[in-house]
Formats: sequence, structure tokens, C-alpha cells
Amino acid sequence: MRSLLWFSVITLFLSPLVFGFGLRVADYPNDDGTRLVISWEKLPPPELEAADPDSYILERSTGSDGDFAPAAVISKLDPTLTTTDQDLNKDEKYYYRLSCTSEGIVWVSEPAGPYTPVENWYNTGRTNVLIGILLTGAMVGWFISQGKKGRSQYLRPIAGLLALDEAIGRATEMGKPILYSSGRGSMNRPASIASMNILGSVAEKVASYGTPLIFPNNDPVVTAVAQEVAREGYTKAGHADKYNSDNIYFVTDSQFGYAAAVDGIMMRERPATNLFFGTFEAESLILAETGNSIGAIQIAGTDSSIQMAFFIVACDYVLIGEELFAASGYLSGDPQVVGTLKGSDYLKIVIAILLVIGALLGLLNQTWFVNLFVTA
Amino acid sequence: MDIGFIYDYLIASERLGIWIAALLTLAIYSFLYKDNPIYRFAESLLIGISVGFLLVTTFETTLMPKAFEPLAISFTGIFGSGGFGAFGSFLWLLVPVTLGLLMFTRFVPKYAWMSRVALALYIGFGAGASIPANMQSYILNQIDATIRPFLAIDSFAAAVNAAVILVGLISTLSYFYFSKAHTGIFGKAARLGTFYLMIFFGATFGYTVMARISLLIGRLTFLLRDWLGLIS
Repeated sequence: MRSLLWFSVITLFLSPLVFGFGLRVADYPNDDGTRLVISWEKLPPPELEAADPDSYILERSTGSDGDFAPAAVISKLDPTLTTTDQDLNKDEKYYYRLSCTSEGIVWVSEPAGPYTPVENWYNTGRTNVLIGILLTGAMVGWFISQGKKGRSQYLRPIAGLLALDEAIGRATEMGKPILYSSGRGSMNRPASIASMNILGSVAEKVASYGTPLIFPNNDPVVTAVAQEVAREGYTKAGHADKYNSDNIYFVTDSQFGYAAAVDGIMMRERPATNLFFGTFEAESLILAETGNSIGAIQIAGTDSSIQMAFFIVACDYVLIGEELFAASGYLSGDPQVVGTLKGSDYLKIVIAILLVIGALLGLLNQTWFVNLFVTA
Repeated sequence: MDIGFIYDYLIASERLGIWIAALLTLAIYSFLYKDNPIYRFAESLLIGISVGFLLVTTFETTLMPKAFEPLAISFTGIFGSGGFGAFGSFLWLLVPVTLGLLMFTRFVPKYAWMSRVALALYIGFGAGASIPANMQSYILNQIDATIRPFLAIDSFAAAVNAAVILVGLISTLSYFYFSKAHTGIFGKAARLGTFYLMIFFGATFGYTVMARISLLIGRLTFLLRDWLGLIS
């Protein structure tokens, strides 16, 4: 009796998903527990060899003797012999069967199941992403520690940032305000975070000179963060009393409403310096052209690749792409930010080496290396 | 009701809408001459309407379905058949709602520091979530797309294409390398990278200007056809 029980358990363990007409149910790998993979033997089954119908119905139920409902139509010509059933519930047990009605014959396979989709916590198809993040994190951590130990970390000069002092000085001499814009990015975008870092340094400088800083905003959360950052900048400069939160305000989240408002502010306030750092969209040229028309010195930086071209033609200095992220490291000199920049620099060397190796191995038809970079 | 009257009413209201849109278009275009009261009126109207629209959509699409309704359902569930499960989901909902409410502490200077908790979580989550996505789409997928063509070189043109992209990527990367001055051979590579960048900027500029001109044509068509009826 005991051996029979063990036999049953082992048989069930070895082939728990094989039922009826060779239907196999397996969990869909690396998903959120909403999909199952169902495969079957070559069709038709012996009972339908004479009729040889063109298609079959894959039916699904939450009980072996419950109501089966159609889940998919399967063609007999489907070479994959597999389908994926989606939008399932990870807490539910599912049964499957194939059915077909042809030439008066009603054929139904034995139900396969039960099977419950499993939610996968780790996506094995993204192991390369994890390795990339760990490698980058290790390099960044190393350079941050070097910076904190006081080791000198050279960064080449960027023209746009060197001009920042000149631009602030010009506004101070002319007795006009500085207009700052972070564009249309929400606060969880890297460009907006970089923009806030730059704003901190700009606020510190303008606080020393007593130059008004105007910052109309497109996002309420960015407004809140910008007010905090600017306040801190003024406090660092020792002029907390000069900080005016009314100069950093929310306008509207509408793209062209924002553009129209900033254009109007430029025409009325006549800032001597416009600083555009962040994520910009179609409003970039509208803002930069208006700034140009009032004779303001303009410095821009964005990660929006398409908008860079417009800033280049309408602004005096432009931080291209990653220079925007580098800017906060330059301006603050903070070992953490500089360390991050150095770490990303060395990541570029790793990428260049991988590209050269990949190209050479590609010429030798070594697909395995190229496949290392495929992600799920 | 008379069908003819309804038809006339609809036509009249459509004409009125076209007139309002046309006059506001001209009011905004008046900025091309200089800042003026008509432009300011249109600007204020646009900002006011967009903020009003933002308030309504935030209430309808965020506050109601994601906060008020789930809170009400789970709260009533506690006293109904939901029991402990409903109480648990109510507590889970309270966490984000409380974080959102913390933002309102900014209006009380003494407690304004509390809003930083919500802000820190929002920014931290955003930055953290973007790191794997950026690693996948901007680094691994780009490496894959750059070196995969080398597996299928079957002509001289395909070889040139693959080499141009590879050289462009490496030289552009060298431009964005900040730990070394752009001098010597490295400087030449960075210089080559700037040429690639300029070609990209030129192409995107031309492409986008073309799209903007089509927007202008659309607006002029509206004015000349729908409003003035000068073109068919």
C-alpha cells in the first residue's frame, strides 16, 4: 500500500501537467503571475483523423468538472503547438481542454490541470541589467569614496557652465532678474533632478549678488522642490532673508499655456539672463526665440534630443545631453555628484570596449556574445 | 421641436465657436508684433482654462477613482462583510493618501518640513525606477543594436553601415567623456563625435521645422477656410 502511494506521488511529481490529449500546462516564465503556456500534441487526435478538422477550441475552466469557456482558437496548422493564455488570476486554479465539433462528431479531450500561474519575483531575462547596474554602482561607489578621501578628480571644462557666472553677473550689473525654467519634466525625471541641483548653485550665486530669480513652473511638485532647493541655496549663501518664495510659482500644466505665460513674463519682466535646464518639448523654441528677441543671454541644457537643435540655434550656450547631468557635479563640487560622473565616465570606457569586442566577434559570427545584451 | 430650428441653432453655435477660435488665434499671433493687452487677455484665458481643466481632470481621474472611492469602499467594508481584510486594505490606502496630504503642510510654515517626506519618496522612487529602464533601453539595447549588424554583413554597403554606426557611437561617447581634456588622439575622436552630433541636430531640426510648418498650414487653413471661407 505504501509503495503504491509513493508510486502515485512520484508519478504525479514527474508528470503533473500531462493530461488528456497530451495537453501540457506550464507557468509563463518571468511574468507577474497572469499567464500560462499551454502546448499540445500534433493534431488531429486519433478519433478525428478521418474528419481532420481545420481548427480546435482551447477551453478554460476554474474547475475540472466546471463550465469550460473558449480561451483560444487553435489552427491544426499552427507549427508551434503552443499558445499563451493571458490575463489570468494568480490565486486561481485553471483547467484546460481541447474540443472540436466536426462532421457530427463532438470531441473533447480530458481536462488538464489544475494549474495556478506563479508570480515571479526575479526576471531571469534581465540578469544582464542587474549586472550592468551592479557594475555601474560599484564604479560610482569607488569614485565617491575616492572623492571623500580628498583625491583630486579632474573634470574637463564645459563652455556653457563657464558662462554661467558671466550670465549671472550680467543680470546683476543690469539690475534685471534672471529667469529659470526646468521645462515640462515631472520631478521623477533625471533631467528635472539635475535641474534642481543646478538651481541650488544658481540660487546660491544670485543670493550673494541680490539678483531676483524668477522661476515659473509647469508642475506643482517641481514647484515645491524648487522652492525648497532655492531656499537652501539662499541660506547657504547667508542671505535667507532675501529668498522670496513668490518668485517660484506654479503657472499651469498645459504645455502651450506654460509657453505663453513664460513668453509674457519675459516681455514684461525683461530678464537679462534666461536659464533653461530640464526636459523640454515643443515649447523650447518658443521660449528661446522670445528670450533671444529681448536680448537676454541664454544658457540651456536638456536631455530631450530633438529639442537640443532648437536651443543650439536660439541660445548662447547649450549643455548637450549628459553635460546637463555633469553640470551639477561641476557647480557643486560635491564628491557624491562628481563620483557619479566619474563612474559613468568609466562605464563609457567599458561600453566602448564591449562594442569593439562585439563587432569583432560579430564578424566571426559569434552570436553568443551579442545575445548577452538581449533583455526580456 | 422644429428640426429646422435645432439645425439653425447648431449651425449658429458652430459659427460662434469658429469665430471665438479664430479671434483667439489672432490674439495669440499678435505677440509676433509685440506684447499687447489682447495677447495678455488670450494668455490669461488659456492659463485659467488649463488650470481649471487640470483641477477637474485631477479630481475625476485621480482623486475619485484612486483615493476617495477605494477609501469609501474599504471603510464601509470594515463594518460590512469585509472584516479584517477590508481593514487591511483601508490601512494600505491610507499610506499614499496620507503622503499626499502631507504636501498640504507646505501651507503651514511650522509644519512645512513634513512635505519633504512625500517629496523624498516621490523623487527617490522615480530615480530608482528609471535606473533599470535606462540601463536596459539606453545601454544594453543600444549595444545590441550596434553590434548585431556585424553578424549579418552580406554586402559592402552593410559593412559600411555597421562601421559608420560603430564609429559614430564610440566617437560620440568620447565627446561625453568628462575625465580627460579633449586633446591629442582622444580630442580628435571627440571632434569626430561632434560632427555626428551636428548631423543629428541638423536632421532633427529640419524634421521638426517641417512638422511645425504643417501646424502653421493647419492654422492658416482654419482661418482662411473655416472662418473666412476664402478657400474651399
